[in-house]
Amino acid sequence: MADNSKQFSADDFDLLNQNDRSKLDDEKIAAPSLTFLQDSWRRLRKNKAAMIALVLLVILFVLSFGSGLLPLSPYNYQYSNYTNLPPKIPGIDINGFNGTIMQGGVRVNAYVQNHVPSNVYFLLGTDGLGRDLFARILYGTRISLTIAVVASFFDLAFGVVYGIISGWIGGRTDTIMQRIIEILLSIPNLVVMILFLVVLKPGLLPIILAIALTSWINMARLVRAETLELKEQEFVLAARTLGESSFKIAFKHLLPNLSSIIIINLMFTIPGAIFFEAFLAWIGIGVPSPAASLGTLISDGQKNFQFLPYQMWYPALVLVIIMLAFNILGDGLRDAFDPRSRR
Amino acid sequence: MVKYLAKRIFYIILTLFIVATVTFFLMKIMPGTPFANQQKLPPAQQAQLAAQYGLNKPVWEQYLLYLVGLLHGNFGVSYQFSNQPVSYLIGSRIWVSIQLGAEAMVVGVLLGLIIGAIGAIRAGSWVDTSATIVSILGVSIPSFVLAVLLQVYIGLDTRILPIAGWGGFEYTILPMLALAAQPLAETARFMRTEMVDVLNSDYIELAKAKGLSKYGVIYHHALRNSLIPIVTIVGPLAVNIMTGSMVVENIFSIPGIGDQFVKSIMTNDYPTIMGLTIVYCLMLCVVLLITDILYGIIDPRIRITDSK
Repeated sequence: MADNSKQFSADDFDLLNQNDRSKLDDEKIAAPSLTFLQDSWRRLRKNKAAMIALVLLVILFVLSFGSGLLPLSPYNYQYSNYTNLPPKIPGIDINGFNGTIMQGGVRVNAYVQNHVPSNVYFLLGTDGLGRDLFARILYGTRISLTIAVVASFFDLAFGVVYGIISGWIGGRTDTIMQRIIEILLSIPNLVVMILFLVVLKPGLLPIILAIALTSWINMARLVRAETLELKEQEFVLAARTLGESSFKIAFKHLLPNLSSIIIINLMFTIPGAIFFEAFLAWIGIGVPSPAASLGTLISDGQKNFQFLPYQMWYPALVLVIIMLAFNILGDGLRDAFDPRSRR
Repeated sequence: MVKYLAKRIFYIILTLFIVATVTFFLMKIMPGTPFANQQKLPPAQQAQLAAQYGLNKPVWEQYLLYLVGLLHGNFGVSYQFSNQPVSYLIGSRIWVSIQLGAEAMVVGVLLGLIIGAIGAIRAGSWVDTSATIVSILGVSIPSFVLAVLLQVYIGLDTRILPIAGWGGFEYTILPMLALAAQPLAETARFMRTEMVDVLNSDYIELAKAKGLSKYGVIYHHALRNSLIPIVTIVGPLAVNIMTGSMVVENIFSIPGIGDQFVKSIMTNDYPTIMGLTIVYCLMLCVVLLITDILYGIIDPRIRITDSK
């Protein structure tokens, strides 16, 4: 220790005068301060898988909702001479994309066999009625994504409100509201949906209603649990002491603090809803023909899967990609919002 | 404990009552008639049919009769299979579904636990990454797609396993795999996070500091403590398997209640739909009750006797 000692004299120090001192702000934080959302966004951007999922979803949204602008044949138009044509992408000569298909162990060119003119091609082939599968898959994707948007709307509009009310008011109201949820929870979701669909005519509307009826419960429970915790915190007490109305507290103080839970749960509600729609379509109570959802396309394709595998592969692939993307994005958002919990 | 059980059973009965009531009235407001080609029948025969099925009585009386019947385990008579009681229809099929569901549950949860635990122990390695990929894929691939793929690419192409029907154990393997994928993925995800948390906790540090072997730390301390929260996801997994069983049984032509449910929907066989709805609810309630009781037994910190 003694070796390190150095003798200082008064000359070694400069006294700062008042002017210099005011320029020097030692309280200043050099980095710009980030809001909660900016910070989360920064973390999310580092997550490559989540960003890929996000980009994929944006592409799917744009493609499916903008499909009317593309030079495509309508999803329900039947080329009666061109049934069951395999995928053909001009300029690509890979088996599976060049219009050839295995028939009885031999690879034949179905386009030549059916005398299809060389300027006619179908990117993902045609189905048993000669409808362009690419256009139908885009249409089906649009239905699946519509369901996603609707399910998330009801999650927000009903689940969040129910949860906040139940948690905020507490007491007997809370008990009754929770008993209702408990009863609803012990009824399998699917049974509710099926009953609903059996009673109403099949179509998009009853599916949306059925999903609206069942999708909000989980959200309500999570939001309630979080509200119960938040309402004991000081900032809520402060807001109350200042005389804020309950309504304003819910909007200005609770909602921003609940936002991460809500967004994360939303990301997991969506694949669930999309799965249910596909499932209902699969068992035959989905959107009626000629409309198509990914579920009906898979179910139609499954019948010929052994001989015309592309008819099931592509819609199934798109469905899996959508589900994967939402799941991965959900995982990424969870990590981004709450880096401590790696659930 | 007894008080808790009584309360839970009361709620189960209340739930079933509400479900029975709602389904009954939903079925009553349905348009159409259960009898095929009713327009072609003379009015006298129509009246006779209605009388045979009790459809000529006022709705409230039908409802009361239905409830009384339910108490006796009588779900009415199927419209689809003439004069077969629904309870017989369900009774002859339910054990097939329970066997398949239980197999899928056991296999899915066990494999999920192993995959999740390995992922957590080797967190960050390629093993962990591939375990995560498997579990995300498992959650994202719908059971009906997986079932068809298994059926064609494993059953049909290799011809090792039967592709449809119901016989010995080998008939259950493919459908069981299709059903088990989702529980497996969910369990693996859940187990991994739980175990990573546990492995970072102080008592694991202590166990390591005591000089326990790696195996000892993992087996005696980490594994047991991560298992507790897994019990909570058994209920949702059971729902998952029930949902999956409807399509999987249909694809593999297995004579279970899931297959029957889908067929009854197709043929508008209302008494069977109602009966199966109630049976599904009952099964879910029982699974939830068992898991709650198990939770209390496994984790003594949770006292069931104290009502929440």
